[in-house]
Amino acid sequence: MPQLQKRFNVDPRDFVRAGEASLQVQRMLRNIGFEEQIIRRASVCAYEAEMNIVMYGGKGELVLTVNPNQIELQVNDDGTGIGDIGAALQEGFSTAPAEYREMGFGAGMGLPNIKKNADSLDIRSGHDQGTRLKILFHLTGEPR
Amino acid sequence: MKLSHIKEILKAKVLVGEEKLDSLVVAGTASDLMSDMLRGPTSGSLLLTGLNNIQVIRTSVISGVAAVVLVREKRPTAEMIIHAVEHDLPLLSTPFTMYSACGRLFREGLRGVENRGSRVSGAEIV
Repeated sequence: MPQLQKRFNVDPRDFVRAGEASLQVQRMLRNIGFEEQIIRRASVCAYEAEMNIVMYGGKGELVLTVNPNQIELQVNDDGTGIGDIGAALQEGFSTAPAEYREMGFGAGMGLPNIKKNADSLDIRSGHDQGTRLKILFHLTGEPR
Repeated sequence: MKLSHIKEILKAKVLVGEEKLDSLVVAGTASDLMSDMLRGPTSGSLLLTGLNNIQVIRTSVISGVAAVVLVREKRPTAEMIIHAVEHDLPLLSTPFTMYSACGRLFREGLRGVENRGSRVSGAEIV
């Protein structure tokens, strides 16, 4: 299987389109024919990361790369970054304003949930340095 | 449980997906917190929610929810209807409150996602 790569732009504060990139990721993975369980895990991670860009990030992108061994999601934004990565990985830690909570998000579950669903998660961030996530899913067998 | 049965129990209006009333949901879940929907084993389940914004539809599609019920007769936005149609996601509206809607469905046998095992730890199986 040749490597496949697709890049999606994600705009901050664009709640009208928030989640559309992740739905396209889900559609692509389904079209390739992966098992539903790995599609759900990857789609949930993409969606959590995309919502994070929309809520907290600056201009960002989501890059899906599929090769024979793994599905990789790279999520980059040039926002203000995460001050304390350790705290952000704690369930319930949140800096979200009330309006995000009213939309059903901002409960401090995003990064912990990405970590739970991914096979590996690498976070590079710091104050005013933007955020880069590398999220991997190992493919144990051939796609159906 | 069949969607047609759920419609009856909840005295619900079908806003999207009349043609899918014969399809089955495997469990029920209720939340206004979309983050919670992304955490649990919600694939194939029914979502009851009091939230009516576009993220309800996107979160449901991403997490594999089989159908959505808006409680307390909430009206969906036009955008929600358009996206539910696009993603083939049944959307219903019930006059009951969240508590009553959940109770009615549970009484008729629709159990929670805990009973499906995976990824919910420490939950009692009823």
